[in-house]
Amino acid sequence: MALKHVKAVVVGSGAGGGIVAKELAEAGLSVVLLERGHWVTPAECGKDDLRNQRTSVLGASFGPDDRSPRVVVDADGTERVIRPSQGGYHNNAGCVGGGTASYGAMAWRFMEQDFRLRSIYGAVKDSTLEDWPITYDDLEPHYEKAEWELGVSGDDTNNPFKAPRKKPLPMPPLPPNRDYEIMLPAAKRLGLHPFDIPMLRNSVPYAGRPQCMRCRWCVGFACEVNARNGTQNTVIPTALATGNCELRTNCMAKEILLTPQGRARGVAYFDEKDRLQEQTADIVIVCCAAIESARLLLNSRSKLFPDGLGNRYDWVGRNLQGHAYPGAQGVVPFDAYDDVGPGAGIAVCDYNHGNPGLVGGAMLANEFIRLPYQFVQQVPRTMPRWGLEHKAYVRKNFRRTLSIKGPVQEIPVFESRVQVDPKVKDYWGIPVARLSGFKHPHTMEVSKFMAARAEEWVKEAGATDITLSIPGAGLSGGQHQAGTCRMGNDPKTSVVDKYCRVHDVDNVYIADGSLHVTNGGFNPVLTIMALAYYASANIIRNWR
Amino acid sequence: MTTMSDDKSLPRRRFLAAAGVAAATGASVSCSRAGKAYRFLTDAEAATLEAICAEIIPADEDPGAVEAGVVNFIDRQLVGHYQRLQQDYAEGLARLEQSANSKYGSNLAQLPSERRIEFLKGLEKERDPFFAMLVDHTMQGFYGSPRHGGNRNAVSWKMLGVPTPPVRGRRPVQNS
Repeated sequence: MALKHVKAVVVGSGAGGGIVAKELAEAGLSVVLLERGHWVTPAECGKDDLRNQRTSVLGASFGPDDRSPRVVVDADGTERVIRPSQGGYHNNAGCVGGGTASYGAMAWRFMEQDFRLRSIYGAVKDSTLEDWPITYDDLEPHYEKAEWELGVSGDDTNNPFKAPRKKPLPMPPLPPNRDYEIMLPAAKRLGLHPFDIPMLRNSVPYAGRPQCMRCRWCVGFACEVNARNGTQNTVIPTALATGNCELRTNCMAKEILLTPQGRARGVAYFDEKDRLQEQTADIVIVCCAAIESARLLLNSRSKLFPDGLGNRYDWVGRNLQGHAYPGAQGVVPFDAYDDVGPGAGIAVCDYNHGNPGLVGGAMLANEFIRLPYQFVQQVPRTMPRWGLEHKAYVRKNFRRTLSIKGPVQEIPVFESRVQVDPKVKDYWGIPVARLSGFKHPHTMEVSKFMAARAEEWVKEAGATDITLSIPGAGLSGGQHQAGTCRMGNDPKTSVVDKYCRVHDVDNVYIADGSLHVTNGGFNPVLTIMALAYYASANIIRNWR
Repeated sequence: MTTMSDDKSLPRRRFLAAAGVAAATGASVSCSRAGKAYRFLTDAEAATLEAICAEIIPADEDPGAVEAGVVNFIDRQLVGHYQRLQQDYAEGLARLEQSANSKYGSNLAQLPSERRIEFLKGLEKERDPFFAMLVDHTMQGFYGSPRHGGNRNAVSWKMLGVPTPPVRGRRPVQNS
């Protein structure tokens, strides 16, 4: 039996899709929201330190499961089929709320410069570095809407580098934990400008949800008290309450259905019982995150788009990026760890731009989480990896370690990309994503620079035995995956226009990190949310 | 293409085989090993594994991997999330035991600790992928949640001062 035609089908219920579904439903459009995963409850998550979103050695508890492998091509050409719970998969999540159900919830606005890197720094050799087709000012009202509708706490008034905001954050910051208190005076002595990180987390009761209970096992887990704000506990319930939005979970999108003229007529997907369904709609909005959105477009072929929807000029899946995460950790001769969450609380933006000879930079912040098994991986490389000495190091320094790190704004690489694999298919028979590429050499240079800045900060805080972590040159993606369906004015060098609509197709939009021309020196989620509000406004203007 | 298959790199052909027939393989291997103290490991394999784990995280003033039940953790995962690694374990443990026997004329379990450490350091130096996996799994079993069959009585968490049971959020927020 054919499913009832709707105005809009939204694929993916994460940071982007949750917001688009809510905006469209509130505007009176009929919406079907497809999600490949299910609602992950705190009880199911169970604060399992070996099976969560960040440490998935015993499984990726926020999905997807082993039915969704990927192929990863290493630098030497070796192809490997990777499970979601394995390193190198570049997993984000597959559940209602997407990554926002388990994220650390830093709520950064990108800086004004982040939208104009090409104009500020010029062309970079072997990079597709470009300006965004929109500016910070275009997104400002949408950043504000995200901050107030989902709920952000923090205080960036002491950050002189931030882009201007019209309205303050709706909630004050959480009080500092111990490593915040240690890092604060050290930052000031160095002449830096520390401030309270904006977080999508309730410091006071907000919108009917309680305040944070200061659990340190936060990032990677579901919040037991509903104090961390993702789309799953904010905009998606609002969308459902309008009566205009139906959420279908455990539904795996196969392809966007196209008319002979190349317009979308809906989405084919496998439902929770693995039955192939066709949901027809006037508009399709793709919100599956950078890797899966590219995969869906590439798997949607027609006479007009033999290489995939929107891929006329071979830009779909290109410029895959995430964040290189350099940092420094050191040991102090006293207890610096108080197990008070959410962990990260203090940051500086002194090094996001204006670094001599470098393009961009990174925000630096203190550490989120310290699970015992995670800490074991962080034991300095100069130490034995096992045996008595290793155990003694872990015992002595678990509570005496300070760590600073930050997300480097990556220089886009055209060869870093998502394709669909010609042979490997997932459980449903859909060709899987095939990932290949590397970080731009300049990203590595900036990473080394940022690790040295992190080192200065932990050193000033009294740490010795400092270890620098410099990321490898391999492909970036992961939770901060972005860039694969770039926005732009020229259809020959971008996938969507400045209204987030796929070039040459008037009824397919994208609203997730795929759109990012560059990914900022920040956790990208608030920008994804702002873009989703921005895209929704464009859709409503044209389609209501 | 490498033929090793630790948790970080699994060649395509093996994955496809594992994905297709995982359940059947697991069942048949397990059946031939029925009636033992462990779910997957034979008593001899468990003894070998225990001898290795005892050096990866030795007991000192705090309990080590053996006391924390790491062998039980690994055995449990081998019929659970690590089911696909059953063959690697069976072959790997046999290989190490054979190698120790030809080198020292003794099983690992009967070797003095210094000899075992020397033997394992040799494996580490050769970048033996099976040994690297054993180190990782031992760390998981010792430092991970007791719910998975290791870290008995939360010994490692007590050692580190991690609250156990891990009830957090004890600190009330003090915003005016």
